[in-house]
Amino acid sequence: MKKKLILVVCGTGVATSTLVAAKVEEEMQARGIPVSTQQCKAAEVRSLAPNADLIVATTPVPNDLGKPVIKGLAFLTGIGRDAVLDQIEKALRG
Amino acid sequence: MTMLADLIIPEALCPAIDAGSASAAIEFLSARLMALGKVRPSFAAAVIAREATMPTGLPLGDLNVAIPHTDPEHVLAPGVAVGTLRTPVQFCSMDDPDERLPVRIVFLLALTDKKLQLNLLQHVAEMIQQPQRLEQLIAATDAAAMHAALK
Repeated sequence: MKKKLILVVCGTGVATSTLVAAKVEEEMQARGIPVSTQQCKAAEVRSLAPNADLIVATTPVPNDLGKPVIKGLAFLTGIGRDAVLDQIEKALRG
Repeated sequence: MTMLADLIIPEALCPAIDAGSASAAIEFLSARLMALGKVRPSFAAAVIAREATMPTGLPLGDLNVAIPHTDPEHVLAPGVAVGTLRTPVQFCSMDDPDERLPVRIVFLLALTDKKLQLNLLQHVAEMIQQPQRLEQLIAATDAAAMHAALK
């Protein structure tokens, strides 16, 4: 399977996106899906979206970016985490 | 690896704070950090300003948590102040600023670098995912009891 690029977005592109990127990479590797992640802040997502296969965000992002957007807060709160991982896997395999 | 326990500042554990707003809660905890020489005078206003545009409320269901922070330039030494609020205070949700969350626990993060930030956030995330630990934190009536709940 071709390696997928996930754009991980948070308010500043530094704090929560670092945690989420690490978790997503780890979990997708465990599921046998090769991914790389790029972190960015909300203001940058529009210009970076064209290069990404998927966007995972802990901050609101526009929904007209032409790429699937999945909320990543579950990696902080734990609530619905498995469902989010399934969503991510589905979006990458699809 | 830096643990949450290493960054907790015992003198900045504040139970049952009376605060009428997110700003007031942040100011209270920031003042404590400033008195301890951990942050600059600019810290409180910077955290409050950031919270207004990039809220840090985390919806957990019963006991919601907020993790306000700001840029390293306002921080002198890394550490975490933790406050529990006597009555719930409204913060906005991190991934939906229109969603208002009643918050009882605030982790005020004073961080100086990105790597430290990642470790700390991982530990805070782990902790907040255990409702019993949060209950224990809320029930604590003094700093020592809070410290025990955070170990």
